Amino acid sequence: MKRKLIFIFLTQVAILFFVSIVAYAQGKIPTDDEVNTIAKKLYCPVCPNTPLDVCETKACEDWRAQIRDQLTDGWSGQQIIDYFVAQYGERVLAEPQRKGFTSLVWMLPVLAVAFGVVLVWQVLKNWRSVRQPPIDSPPPAPISPETLARIEKELQEMK
Amino acid sequence: MLADIGLFAVVIAFLLAVYATFASFYGGRKECPAWVESARNAAILVFPLLTISVVILVYLLYTLDFSIAYVADVSSQAMSPFLRVTALWGGQQGSVLFWAWMMSGFVMVVLLRNWQRNRELMPYVIAVSMLTTAFFIGLVVFITNPFARLWLVPGAQELTIAIFPPASAMPYVPKDGGGLNPLLRHFGMIGHPPTTYLGFTGFVIPFAFAIAALITRKVNDDEWIRATRRWTLVAWIFLTIGLVLGGRWAYDVLGWGGFWGWDPVENAMLMPWLTGTAFLHSVMMAEKRGMLKKWNIVLIILTYSLSLFGTFITRTGIIGSVHAFAKSAMGPVFFLFIGITFLGSMSLLFSRWHLLKSEHEVESFASREAAFLLQNMLFLAITFAVFWGTVFPMISELINGTKITVGPPYFKMVTGPLFGALVLLMSLAPFFAWRKQGVRSLMRALLVPLIGSIIISIIWGYLHRMHPNSIFALWLASFVTMAILYEFWRGIRARMATRSENPLLALVNLLRRNHRRYGGYIIHLGVMMVALGFIGEAYFKQETQGTVGVGESLAVGGYTLRFDGLRDYSGSDGREIIEASTSLFKGDQLIRVLQPRRDYFIVQEQPSTIPGVYSTPGKDVYVLLVGWGENGINNATFKIYVNPLINWVWIGALFMVFGTLIAALPSGRQEGSYALKAVELQPVPGD
Repeated sequence: MKRKLIFIFLTQVAILFFVSIVAYAQGKIPTDDEVNTIAKKLYCPVCPNTPLDVCETKACEDWRAQIRDQLTDGWSGQQIIDYFVAQYGERVLAEPQRKGFTSLVWMLPVLAVAFGVVLVWQVLKNWRSVRQPPIDSPPPAPISPETLARIEKELQEMK
Repeated sequence: MLADIGLFAVVIAFLLAVYATFASFYGGRKECPAWVESARNAAILVFPLLTISVVILVYLLYTLDFSIAYVADVSSQAMSPFLRVTALWGGQQGSVLFWAWMMSGFVMVVLLRNWQRNRELMPYVIAVSMLTTAFFIGLVVFITNPFARLWLVPGAQELTIAIFPPASAMPYVPKDGGGLNPLLRHFGMIGHPPTTYLGFTGFVIPFAFAIAALITRKVNDDEWIRATRRWTLVAWIFLTIGLVLGGRWAYDVLGWGGFWGWDPVENAMLMPWLTGTAFLHSVMMAEKRGMLKKWNIVLIILTYSLSLFGTFITRTGIIGSVHAFAKSAMGPVFFLFIGITFLGSMSLLFSRWHLLKSEHEVESFASREAAFLLQNMLFLAITFAVFWGTVFPMISELINGTKITVGPPYFKMVTGPLFGALVLLMSLAPFFAWRKQGVRSLMRALLVPLIGSIIISIIWGYLHRMHPNSIFALWLASFVTMAILYEFWRGIRARMATRSENPLLALVNLLRRNHRRYGGYIIHLGVMMVALGFIGEAYFKQETQGTVGVGESLAVGGYTLRFDGLRDYSGSDGREIIEASTSLFKGDQLIRVLQPRRDYFIVQEQPSTIPGVYSTPGKDVYVLLVGWGENGINNATFKIYVNPLINWVWIGALFMVFGTLIAALPSGRQEGSYALKAVELQPVPGD
């Protein structure tokens, strides 16, 4: 009985301790750097080509404030990013996803490099193989006397 | 009145350019020199005519003739005379005219210089280059005319921009103009468009020669390559300068702490640079070994098309939104022109495919030929990855209806390894011999640099053991650099031994005697310095952001920034300035007072963040004023970046310019000393 009481007491202390840590963690105000780490991975829909962590517009400031609030509430970075994707679509992600139609953006360059390596290999092999001249190729035609005379004449003129 | 003369000159130039295109083509086909000469005269006249309209437009910008819509758009009373002149390329209408003007200038120089030398190619060189010029002048005349005026139509809400007055319209002259976008008022953005356009238009010349060689079936001998070698170099270096100036501008003005953001507009410029660089290398294969002839043509066609594509992207705004495409007639017309010229020149190439024959075989995979081929493939692969990432958002929106963003992580991940492979190749390829490379002579050139670079990177890696990934990159950079420096040293030593020259004279003579080779080495050194900047950005960059009160500090990477106070005042050119005073400490020692500020241009409603930068060869400390307390000025938010090695990007660019100048020197008389040649050949494998 006594042991049971001690166990309950200890469990309660542990729970209390844990809850207070969580509360402390939630109450802690996230730093700008923590906000920017997440913002870096996002783009807001109205500012094309400017990552959220450096964008100066009011809209982006509001987004950063929202990230700060979510961090304060104990959200993880991935949860926050998922939230923005759910709200505004895939376009908020700086790094395109690797699934669905979007995965093409990643796959094609890899395929292109593979194709390029094969192509280079083939061309090199082609270059190396010493081509035998065809047996029945005619001997080079001798220069006709007229051509020779013309060349001589032109050489004379050049002098 | 003046504007009418400018307009008239452009229209005549357009007619002449169209005439020159058809007349030279017809004259070439029918082998009728009279037509070709007539076309030549017409083509040469285009430049003076466009010069008249450019001068008039500059004059209108300078004297602030606000009845002209373009002037009212980009010039204003608050702007300095210098800025008013540069407003020529500050907006779409002016910059398209500027493009056409430069293009016509290049064509004129070609016609005056190469008329005798490349007589057979000339008809089609005129036809191709004038077709391109005519297209751009056509855009100026019909679609984006800088001489159009502002008109007030009774009852209408907005002003009308037109050349001819609409029915019952009154001319409208605003009191002041909008002025150049404040973000563009920076030396980088003033120099960036002219250099970029010189690069883009410069590549049209080798393209025109290549197409002419295809049409005349003279493509198997390399006349077109020899005739355009220096054009290619000039175009390439201007494009390089344009890229670097753009990067410098982004670093100084855009306030995100970096110089390259993989923005579509940046990518659009990078792509022709990549294919142009590949072309620059691969023409050497054709010159020296008579190989890769088809490749060269493919590369110059790509470079031409990508140059047009670059202009297209920056001038139509299609990437920002697919819908911007349809807003002006320029997008579709441009798209059509790129498509037609690309498909036309590719099908011409295929129809001449059988004429292009390799003259040599190689004996080994370890040969300079193989290295060149691999290098071409890598450049094309990077170009493709950049192209695909740039256009994929459009494709996704068109096919799938999903808007997506392809940001820097994609480009870094995909192109990073490819660039690494390219640099590795750059360290080896110059030391490979043609045909076949023996291991022993390669070792002679590379053993010392290899050992030296391993030692350097071990020491460096130990000092920066918290960034283990950087060791390979640093090894690569130091290996390439040392290999090049060692090559210089061997050349100098050889001259010192045989001609008893002092080291400086030996260096000068080395550069003079073999200017293409050593110019190329200097360019490679410059590239490695730029690479250092990227390595710093990729591995060692640090940043922090925080809000501090007066007297409080923010620390990052061994530096401490103390906030001393804020003040606001009005600038001379219509800007409100909020400026923070801060002191930068390293340890306890004050090293610099920095004044990051935020400017706000009232008329344009445009903010601009000007960083305070403490710059050293090793690193920049780059401070931004991000925000400040709304009621009172007791606290402020700063963002501090520590950007290691970033200055090497700008220094490297200077090296690249210097190396290009050396490589483009006219080939002087060869020295006739056999003894010297024998000695120099020996320690320089692969010459």
